[in-house]
Amino acid sequence: MFDILATRQLSDSVFEMTVAAPAVARKAAAGQFFILRVGERGERVPFTFSDWSADEGWIRFIFMRVGATTHKLTHLAAGDQLADVVGPLGVPSHTGGLGRAVVVGGGVGAAVAYPVARAMCAAGDEVTVILGARNAALLILEDEFRALPLKSLVVMTDDGSAGEKGLVTHPLKEMCAEGEVDHAMAIGPAIMMKFCAATTKEFGVPTVVSLNPIMVDGTGMCGACRVTVGGETKFGCVDGPDFDGHLVDFEELMSRQRIYVEDEREADVEYSKGCSCHL
Amino acid sequence: MLARKGEAVAIGRLERFLGDLDLSCELAKRCQPEIQPTSGKRVAVVGSGPSGLACAGELAMLGHEVTVFESLHVPGGVLVYGIPEFRLPKDLVAAEIEMLVEMGVHIVTDVVIGATYTIDELMTEEGFDAVFVGSGAGLPVFMGIPGENLNGVYSANEFLTRVNLMRAYEFPRSDTPVWRGRKVAVVGGGNVAMDSARTALRLGAEEVFLVYRRTANEMPARKEEVHHAEQEGVEFKMLCSPVEVRGRDGFVTGLVATRMELGEPDASGRRAPVCVLDSDFEIECDTVIIAVGTRANPLLAKAAPDLELSRRGYIVTGEDGATSMSGVYAGGDIVTGAATVILAMGAGKTAARSIDAWVRRER
Repeated sequence: MFDILATRQLSDSVFEMTVAAPAVARKAAAGQFFILRVGERGERVPFTFSDWSADEGWIRFIFMRVGATTHKLTHLAAGDQLADVVGPLGVPSHTGGLGRAVVVGGGVGAAVAYPVARAMCAAGDEVTVILGARNAALLILEDEFRALPLKSLVVMTDDGSAGEKGLVTHPLKEMCAEGEVDHAMAIGPAIMMKFCAATTKEFGVPTVVSLNPIMVDGTGMCGACRVTVGGETKFGCVDGPDFDGHLVDFEELMSRQRIYVEDEREADVEYSKGCSCHL
Repeated sequence: MLARKGEAVAIGRLERFLGDLDLSCELAKRCQPEIQPTSGKRVAVVGSGPSGLACAGELAMLGHEVTVFESLHVPGGVLVYGIPEFRLPKDLVAAEIEMLVEMGVHIVTDVVIGATYTIDELMTEEGFDAVFVGSGAGLPVFMGIPGENLNGVYSANEFLTRVNLMRAYEFPRSDTPVWRGRKVAVVGGGNVAMDSARTALRLGAEEVFLVYRRTANEMPARKEEVHHAEQEGVEFKMLCSPVEVRGRDGFVTGLVATRMELGEPDASGRRAPVCVLDSDFEIECDTVIIAVGTRANPLLAKAAPDLELSRRGYIVTGEDGATSMSGVYAGGDIVTGAATVILAMGAGKTAARSIDAWVRRER
């Protein structure tokens, strides 16, 4: 069992959780993920680290409440436990020697963009971050990003309630057009990553995306997380989660992410029957 | 002798009887192996499948302190995620593991060697005198045909893991779903293909087809398993080789296969299947389960650059199980490629005896 040390609600549906997992924290690197199980009948769900401390032995992640598992997570607090935490898994994000890098974090993807941008800064890259959200209430970790030695931070919201009004691809395109970008990384919903990759492709800017396919074991055994990259089948868990954004088949990824939508709804309805939170 | 006069002695059944009889006793009254005086040596076992558990048991009897590291949340490896309940009751596996714990073996779940710790770290920081790697074959092989990533196409590993380990059959009381096909096509002719087909039937499939490119005579599955599958109503589509998975809106609607005929014997001594021209036909189905084998999982080896691997990524060992790394031994599917539980257990035991000699050697 793994002790939950702290939880924090970042918006209506977005939450942060900090868990004691010393062996995992000791090895964690930006861009990597871990697998958790909430309880005895829980599913195995991957989450990418939003932060960790090797010295203090904890890991942190941010999640949006979308189904039964994340719903259950919202009801846990400091002093509760998770049944399982396994990791760190996946290949760490590439940092250092990138030159002028732009990191795009959309929605909950900002949680993953944060340690990646931090690691790039530490490795000597010049980093610009574009943070995107539907509205100001859903914008997360802005203060944390402002504390990093970034070249600049651009905030975009769909309704203009924070930063500039518009999509993350607008500033990305401008920067590419100005020839200010040597390397791009996009982390967020598949559709956002697809459009970011399409934007940078015009300008020939190498672009990495951090994918979030469905997984079961997370160690290469089941193949649930397979994605097509450059016409080849890759496993998100052991070959990724980072891939060349210009080669990823996003349509397939999005289709595969939808396979259990009905089941997830059913599971959440079932769980919500016995739950008093009415979320 | 008996085999000539009447029926052969059913050794498997006799062993099962003895095992069941023993397990029906409470833990303290069960057959306890004799344990040698403690050696003061510590051995790490990577993986709690058949080879790891056999190795751990043998090492514990020889007086060593053994810690088994398992990457999943339950120990047992393929015995719990792969082989279905109707072939191997999970209570049996749990009881065997309980006995190992009684013998002093530590079982640590949720630890991935190659990620949480490397082999080097086990031998240095974690203070183990030797390591046995029994991490299994790992990565499922796909066929590389169009449509293979449609929703409803599973590797046998994923399908069986969802059902066996994650208890998808209890969904939504368990949180892991599985796509419950009405018409299921299983591709392959081994024991894992039979397990998948029979599991699909139990999940409520109306029709289950077993698609295999040779004939029943060439199937690598045990005759008994093929027989059970047939008895239960699995429809065998022999001499068929899949060429495409068809789908609509991202979901499987059918499996296109080419008819085959048997030609000259190949390197394995079996007659090689040869395509019959223009013989493609479609099997209507909403689920395809691919059980055509596995290849080596790169995760552990990536974190151990000194470990010698074969061209195909399996760990190279001597007959004693020794690898290219001093004090590191290996056995089971990660050495041989996908094989049987019995072979893996044998390899685990052989390696245990080599490890015993290694940790007790004069330095």
